[in-house]
Amino acid sequence: MTLGFDPRRDPRKIAIWTLVALGGVVMVMPFAFMISTSLKSREELYDLRLFPLAPTLENYIYLFRESRFVRWFLNSFVIASISTASVLFFDSLAGYVLCKYRFKGRQIVFIAILSTLMIPTEMLVIPWYVMSKNLGWLNTYWGIMFPGMITGFGVFLMKQFFETVPDALIDAARIDGLSEFRIFWEVALPLVTPALSALAIFTFLGSWTAFLWPLIVTNSASNYTVPVGLASFSGEFTTEWNMIMTGAAVATIPTLVVFILLQKYIIRGVILSGVKG
Amino acid sequence: MASVTLSGVVKRFDKTTAVHGIDLDIADGEFVVLVGPSGCGKSTTLRMIAGLEDLTSGDIRIGERIVNRLEPKDRNIAMVFQNYAIYPHMTVHKNIAFGLRMAKLAKADEERRVREAAAVLGLTGLLERRPSQLSGGQRQRVAIGRAMVRNPAVFLFDEPLSNLDAQLRAQMRLEIKKLHQGLATTVIYVTHDQVEAMTLADRIVVMRDGRIEQIGTPTEVYRQPATMFVARFIGSPSMNMIPGTTGQGAVELDGLGRIEAPGSAEVRRPIFLGVRPDDLRVAAGGAGALTLEARINVIEPLGPDTLVYADAGGRELVAKADGRAALRRGEAVKLVADADALHVFDAGTEARLS
Ligand SMILES: Nc1ncnc2c1ncn2[C@@H]1O[C@H](COP(=O)(O)OP(=O)(O)OP(=O)(O)O)[C@@H](O)[C@H]1O
Ligand SMILES: [Mg+2]
Repeated sequence: MTLGFDPRRDPRKIAIWTLVALGGVVMVMPFAFMISTSLKSREELYDLRLFPLAPTLENYIYLFRESRFVRWFLNSFVIASISTASVLFFDSLAGYVLCKYRFKGRQIVFIAILSTLMIPTEMLVIPWYVMSKNLGWLNTYWGIMFPGMITGFGVFLMKQFFETVPDALIDAARIDGLSEFRIFWEVALPLVTPALSALAIFTFLGSWTAFLWPLIVTNSASNYTVPVGLASFSGEFTTEWNMIMTGAAVATIPTLVVFILLQKYIIRGVILSGVKG
Repeated sequence: MASVTLSGVVKRFDKTTAVHGIDLDIADGEFVVLVGPSGCGKSTTLRMIAGLEDLTSGDIRIGERIVNRLEPKDRNIAMVFQNYAIYPHMTVHKNIAFGLRMAKLAKADEERRVREAAAVLGLTGLLERRPSQLSGGQRQRVAIGRAMVRNPAVFLFDEPLSNLDAQLRAQMRLEIKKLHQGLATTVIYVTHDQVEAMTLADRIVVMRDGRIEQIGTPTEVYRQPATMFVARFIGSPSMNMIPGTTGQGAVELDGLGRIEAPGSAEVRRPIFLGVRPDDLRVAAGGAGALTLEARINVIEPLGPDTLVYADAGGRELVAKADGRAALRRGEAVKLVADADALHVFDAGTEARLS
């Protein structure tokens, strides 16, 4: 690895790197404790050492054999996948139209979409709940997913990225005889894959870790998502920290996979757009 | 193969009117160049012919059909853009074949056409490359190839060479000319480079502020500019303009004396006398229809010729001298032009009088 400079020569850089390293340690600590706790037996649980004296897999065995964790994991996975697919498709479609078409009220629509970013979830859960109740969506996948099928943030992000697609390219595709949808799909969308990857990561992680709304809208353990399920390990009198940590450790795997899979597209996209022109 | 006819074509955007009613007849197989300064409506006119902009009013005909309401793909045209507009995520081959795929040709036929176009344009070895691995000139060739394979009735070019360096531009200009001679397709070509216009065009259309100033062959536009605007716009350096007054078969130049001039009317009125630097010679002696005493301010040797900026009666004029002439700054010289090199314009309407 090259640092691009010689740290021995530049004291300011040494200070910066020390600070960054410290920051890294601070970020990694909770993660390390999560793994560590998941390997501890009940007796050792409140012993705050990083390396368990007698590491055990009993928590993992319990999680997969006795709890409903596998079901929650599946729920979360289906919901996060569908939400992500939906957000990618509809947000980029809306962003494309707002960016590349001129029509009356375009600015108003855009501002309306942006303004949804300023409303906190906490304010929306009650109306959502009432609505779900009236429509019979309580305790269903759709009930959990519907608020996140299209996001204002994604529309904004995609609109900004479509600005980098030259209009002449779209005109050229029109002359080549593509329909408007295929211009979007075959010409514009492939040129914004870095933005799509970033949006996919945000959306998947957001959906995977969402807690408040899934907690409110579900009422049977078989419909819980991972965060809601893990929270149910925390009872009125006792909290099963070892189970929470074990579940959380398993739950980080898909987020890591999504990130590792998609980040290379982000980097490739940067390279692609950096070279052209 | 098709003629193109514009009648009364108007384009209004929200507040601005980009094109104020244009009439233009382009014959089958003709190479027509639209020139004019930035913002004069060249691109807008071309885009209306392509079907990328709607008309506010008027009609556009390609062949016998009125195409006002047709989609670009149904107009049998192809267009080449200034910044190439080739698809960055596709190989050269896919870029060229893309429009054909839409036309649903047989695979073998498609392949043959792509190969042919690539051979003509010297792209054969580059078919599997991506645009990011091509030079500017190669990218523009891909764009031209994409237009060629579709066998359009009309080629539209919007400043296709303006992103290229001077040498490449000259080379591509020649290739476009050869291409036109080979295919004999109607071409409408937009540029603001008057050298491109002069060298490529069968006819030049000079535009200004959304109107046509003059339509004519390169020679007509150069030799008989219809207005002062055209006179200044075509030719480089720009035509010298000397204010004066006509009357009784002569022209009275402000501060520079009286000369015999063609087309000077009986009625006295303010005019401009135009003479191109190419027609204004620096001479030691001798006389022409126009002879001016001047003092040299600046000398610009160009090789074969030398440009001379000289002060004549307080007015700076540009003239040409032989490249071998020994001239010095501050030297007093005579500037001489023949009668047929003089252009007289009405100072009010700016229209040509002679
Ligand atoms: N989409 C648009 N909306 C509003 N005004 C426009 C639009 N497109 C062009 N115009 C205006 O129309 C006029 C003509 O523009 P056009 O692009 O045709 O000029 P041009 O002759 O091609 O100039 P250039 O040499 O700079 O390309 C300009 O004043 C421009 O601002
Ligand atoms: Mg233009």
